Amino acid sequence: MKKQKEKGKRLNPIDNKIIDEKFGAIFAEAQRRKKERQNNSIPKIHIGLSTCGIAAGAMETKTAFEETLSQLGIEAQIHCVGCIGHCYAEPWVIIENPESGFPPIFYPQVTAGKAKMLTKLYLEEGDPRLEHILGAMEENDMIPSVWEFSRFSREKRIVMDLCGKIDPDDINEYIAEDGYSSWAKALKSPPDEVLKQVLGSGLRGRGGAGFPTGKKWQLALKQTHLEKIVICNADEGDPGAYMDRTILESNPHQVLEGLALCAYAIGAHKALFYVRAEYPLAVKTIQNAISQAMESGIIGKDILGSGFDLEMDVFQGSGAFVCGEETALILSMEGSRGMPYHRPPYPAERGFQGLSTVINNVKTLAAVPPILKNGASWYRQTGTQKSPGTAIFSVVGNVTHPGLVEIPMGVTLRTLIFDICGGIPDKKKFKAAQIGGPSGGCLPEEFLDTPIDFDSLIEAGAMMGSGGMVVLDEDTCMVDVAKYFLDFTQKESCGKCTFCRIGTWHLLSILQRLTIGEGQEGDIEKLEQLSHDIKNGSLCGLGKTAPNPVLTSLKYFREEYEAHIKEGRCPAASCRALSAFYIDLDKCARGCDACVGCCPVDAVFTTSSRKKGIDQQLCVKCGECKVHCPPDYNAIFRISPAHLAPIIERPKEENQ
Amino acid sequence: MDVILTSEDKVIIEKLGSRLTQYEKVKTNLIPILQMIQEELKYLPPEVIKMVAKYLEIPGSEVYGVATFYNQFKFNPPGKNPIKVCLGTACHVKAGDIILENFERKLGISEGQTTEDREFSIERVACVGCCALAPVAIMGDTVHGHMAPSKVEGLILRVQVEHEKAERERQKIESDRQQNN
Repeated sequence: MKKQKEKGKRLNPIDNKIIDEKFGAIFAEAQRRKKERQNNSIPKIHIGLSTCGIAAGAMETKTAFEETLSQLGIEAQIHCVGCIGHCYAEPWVIIENPESGFPPIFYPQVTAGKAKMLTKLYLEEGDPRLEHILGAMEENDMIPSVWEFSRFSREKRIVMDLCGKIDPDDINEYIAEDGYSSWAKALKSPPDEVLKQVLGSGLRGRGGAGFPTGKKWQLALKQTHLEKIVICNADEGDPGAYMDRTILESNPHQVLEGLALCAYAIGAHKALFYVRAEYPLAVKTIQNAISQAMESGIIGKDILGSGFDLEMDVFQGSGAFVCGEETALILSMEGSRGMPYHRPPYPAERGFQGLSTVINNVKTLAAVPPILKNGASWYRQTGTQKSPGTAIFSVVGNVTHPGLVEIPMGVTLRTLIFDICGGIPDKKKFKAAQIGGPSGGCLPEEFLDTPIDFDSLIEAGAMMGSGGMVVLDEDTCMVDVAKYFLDFTQKESCGKCTFCRIGTWHLLSILQRLTIGEGQEGDIEKLEQLSHDIKNGSLCGLGKTAPNPVLTSLKYFREEYEAHIKEGRCPAASCRALSAFYIDLDKCARGCDACVGCCPVDAVFTTSSRKKGIDQQLCVKCGECKVHCPPDYNAIFRISPAHLAPIIERPKEENQ
Repeated sequence: MDVILTSEDKVIIEKLGSRLTQYEKVKTNLIPILQMIQEELKYLPPEVIKMVAKYLEIPGSEVYGVATFYNQFKFNPPGKNPIKVCLGTACHVKAGDIILENFERKLGISEGQTTEDREFSIERVACVGCCALAPVAIMGDTVHGHMAPSKVEGLILRVQVEHEKAERERQKIESDRQQNN
């Protein structure tokens, strides 16, 4: 029996009291546990254990701490948290050792060996080993704090605020930080109120296109005759973007709360997480979060005595990029090939199994609880007029401090790449920023002062997409980058629209020709023509945006395409068929064998003067020799076109 | 490519029959069923496709069509040490393709294939989501960040050395036992 309250009608005051009582008890218990933890004066070690941390060796670090602690007989608490977004520092730990008198300290790159050392020297002997720290987690008079570091201080965290601070597998830690308070508050007021706040906040969908979230919900609310379902879209397929996974692994309850609020606003009693099966840890974390929320009575039947029912489940997506598109996502859940279909009818009008369906991205949903807690006007204070709130970017590639960055909308690319993420390493020059993954574009230096928001990026030819950003330095070939993305979209095209299926294949084959020096006159024009045709002849976002990497790189780096076609030259000396490595005999040192040992194909030989030469026939151009050549000599160079490399003969008696 | 089922595979497939009945016969369950089977068997041989089609009462071509649409499903048995080379954007920029090429050269197979002794298989994956460690390769369950061509040989060698070590130890135990007898 459903006791769902009708739209606009307030619940009676008795119900409100029950909600307050029930949630109050849950909150008080969570607070009590938090205080207990805080008042306990034993040292605490916080370790980031999300997929990226584990990949960097955080599990070994954790084991090393546990072993050393028990060997030395030190009592300490190891607190497993999610990802803090500072990928360059993985595996990181924060050590709180109140008895030493030092504030909590952030240590980057803590290997197992370092963990043993820190346990012994800091936890046992009280010496925090200042040479290994990044900074203190709070302002103090003794050691510099991380907040003096722009990578920390310039961020504004709304969605990721609790990521890396709480244990994602413990609902109480989220509740103790005021989690689910928006949910309890919403249940006391009519569903309208939630919608009003979301509409008022101007929140736009973070999945890429930036459709106003409130409007999407409104459309579903109008379908009064249909049963409804809400879906959290965590089918993050963009190569180079991983913020959805990080949020689900680090703070699943905030997303869950957002999804519950969405369900309440539109009157749905079913909610689903669509998570990629390739993210096993995220799947596990969210399943655990759902069962904990069920046990606490925060979701399920007659939630907190309000009479509202909500059932939640996880569907594991099987990995197809196109399934991020909502109609394809629905088809894949129904057990078919995920091929997008024509809208309207919009999923809100007829979606999954005929239900009225609302699909929102992870980041969108995670922004809802803070909006309801602090109000729509608070949210509007951050970001720009048309794109309020924050944007989350995964900044990777040739950048000093890669990782996840949450910044207010409207911050410029320059601030993001140079001030926050530390610029380009190795004194290389900035060339372009690739924003928005396969649907986005490459923006050159003149766009560094472009504010980052939905509309300015589209104007510049890129798009927000899912927020993947790859920073490219001068050694990157733009034709190759365009080829890379086309290779991806061509494989991921579902094959429904001819232009997308065959057009991307042709685009790719032209680009492939260019990178091996077989470009022809007229190729650029062909690329342009095909790109426009694909854009116009495709149904869904994948095809409509697939040519963007080609179009933007053609627009801003046309001379690179021309050099490939006309001179067989790769200006960045990156295309392997068009470049060659050679050793400058004036710089090469007699008797040094660094490059010989590392060559995977034995292409380096010794010349008659006991210096080294490269056999161009054998060389696979992997660049290992260049990396291993000692900086004192720096004798290995790469040049394009390949025939410019000086020829060094292999001495005949070499093998004797 | 014809896949010959091993006897272990056959045992698993037999057990799968009974697990299928836990699923309701609706098409919505197709992908969850395929996922369950892949979890058990690590790949989907033609026998399984037919079995699922029969159970859900839909054409085998449809099951195959859905399975081939998604990247998750594999149709070749993986090696004991499956190697996945990430070719996400960040890995590509940091020359992930060279890492892939090195694995291919060292093992003498190309991506999507398994070595004859079913020891290694190579696969390219779109993005494993640890872009800050690029280029990345995964062997078994271990993620290896900041890969370099010279590390490739080491990784393969390590597996082979461990094998030989295990083999030697096995022989030693056996010879000890024989001596004791």
